[in-house]
Amino acid sequence: MKSTELLLDELKSALPGVEIELVMNPSVSAQHSLRVAPKDALRVAAYLRDVAGYDYCSNVTGVDWLDKETTEKIRTTKTVTRTVDGIDGIAQAAEEIVEETVKRVEPGCLEAVYHLYSMRLGPTDPHPPVVLRMRTLNRIDQVELPSLTPVWRAAEFQEREIFDLYGIVFTGHRDLRRILMWDEFEDHPMRRDYVDPDDFEYEPTPHDEVLKRAEEYKASLAAELPVGEVR
Amino acid sequence: MSATELPDLNTFLPPMIEPEGDLLEVAMGPHHPSTHGVFRMDVALDGERVIRLKPVFGYLHRNHEKIAEKTTYLASMPYTDRLDYFCSMTNNWAYALAVEKLAGIEVPERAEYIRVITAELTRIQNHASAVGFLMQEMGASGTPLMYAFREREKILDLFESLSGSRMMCNYMRFGGCRVDLPAGWIEQAKQIVAGLPQFIDETEALLTGNEILMARSQGVGVLRPDLAVNAGVTGVMLRATGVNYDLRKVDRYGIYDSFQFRVPLGDHGDIYDRYMLRVLEMRESVKILEQALPRIPAGPILDPKSRPRGFRPKPGEAYGRIEAPKGELGFYLISDGSGNPYRYRVRPPSLINLTILEDMCLGQNVADVVLIFGSVDIVLGEVDR
Repeated sequence: MKSTELLLDELKSALPGVEIELVMNPSVSAQHSLRVAPKDALRVAAYLRDVAGYDYCSNVTGVDWLDKETTEKIRTTKTVTRTVDGIDGIAQAAEEIVEETVKRVEPGCLEAVYHLYSMRLGPTDPHPPVVLRMRTLNRIDQVELPSLTPVWRAAEFQEREIFDLYGIVFTGHRDLRRILMWDEFEDHPMRRDYVDPDDFEYEPTPHDEVLKRAEEYKASLAAELPVGEVR
Repeated sequence: MSATELPDLNTFLPPMIEPEGDLLEVAMGPHHPSTHGVFRMDVALDGERVIRLKPVFGYLHRNHEKIAEKTTYLASMPYTDRLDYFCSMTNNWAYALAVEKLAGIEVPERAEYIRVITAELTRIQNHASAVGFLMQEMGASGTPLMYAFREREKILDLFESLSGSRMMCNYMRFGGCRVDLPAGWIEQAKQIVAGLPQFIDETEALLTGNEILMARSQGVGVLRPDLAVNAGVTGVMLRATGVNYDLRKVDRYGIYDSFQFRVPLGDHGDIYDRYMLRVLEMRESVKILEQALPRIPAGPILDPKSRPRGFRPKPGEAYGRIEAPKGELGFYLISDGSGNPYRYRVRPPSLINLTILEDMCLGQNVADVVLIFGSVDIVLGEVDR
């Protein structure tokens, strides 16, 4: 069985200049994946379909990776000046080992994952299934990824679903609309930091009890003092 | 292919049809009697001819995936029953398989046998009802569907005595099954399976050579094999176009490689082929059941090492897929080491098989749209999730 590493080498030699890396999967399933830069995704996908034989795109899905804050304790040697207590009060410079807590924020991103198989090569398949991944630059405003629907039409509804539930904008998709939520809906419910609205906020046609609560809520917003003013 | 230029792609898009007269837009559904749930097709018609068709989803959406990410792994098992509520056993199996891949759990042999038996019984009752519904839509109101439901009820009785519920079985667990077979279950199952060939013969005698069925379905809703593969169509829909791809043979998950059965294939990819394939697959499933039921070994039904409560798989991800009656049903899981899945994704065959609904319907008569849609065999609980 040809491993994902070999396929990576094949891709790198066939498409020079392509940014692609191996992402190891630590679990027992050992389904390793290839992460490709969005700018090269369409070329890699076309190669995988037409040359490597991955004619069947089974599953397309999104993953939301939140900003990750890691705190680390680092031991560093520093030159520290100390005033020694005494009559003279001499300042001494000495090297000391100091522990520092460093906060690091890894920016989050949205990820699209494609599971590829080969039907043409069939059960005597020398190729392992491929998991292809792409990442957006951030989670807020740079959320474009190239659509792979020109290569596999199987992604058509699934990319619409990712757009709907995660908010990744697929450029080059021929019909990118919401698919499961209604068109007027504004948020992306599958994001990790999504907060359920109160029921009057998403009720398309509020009435009775719900309408009453919606109006009360609007009135409470209007009655709030602007910041800095005194009642 | 050079490194900088984009390749010339064959994009498999549906053709544009120029209308001859004025267009009439019709919303078929969401409460049309012939749709299998709440589903709408926005159809543009030129006389009787379909010029454009846009499916509209989401009426049954409850964000199953989000709910599953907020609960433990085990708590999602009963919810998978509600995806494709005709085939809860295969839904359970697909989810259990994905988790077993993620955590590396082994399944005892007796449990594998029970899984194959319940899955093949599910396949038979699903295909029987799919054929029944298709005939209902063709205007054969009642008889074929009632014949199918008579058999289906017997199989659901078996499921009820096994799991306590006819349709929402919630039967499988990570590493096996929930409860052992009750006393006398195998005998009862053998009896029902022995009666199935007669039911299939009866259905065939009623339908296969039927002039109306042939006239309405042959050459209607044709799907090309290259388009079917590219659009990710799976299951009976794919095999009716002649592509030999059955995960029971390809992945050999469970213990399917220890049974003798064939994968029936179609020639034309039309509605008639899909009907025929469902009938033939029922016959093959009966063959598997006839082999599996006498051979079922004694032993444990649950891996003693698997701990359903407090279950925390190591970080990583896994994609598990099985050949469900509707097509390839897959579950994609990412674990971050906690008790809840970080990402839980269902690959719904019903939704993805509808990608090519427009391609099949373009240029056909509006009356055939109902039949083409019926021949895809979907359940809206799985489409909308």
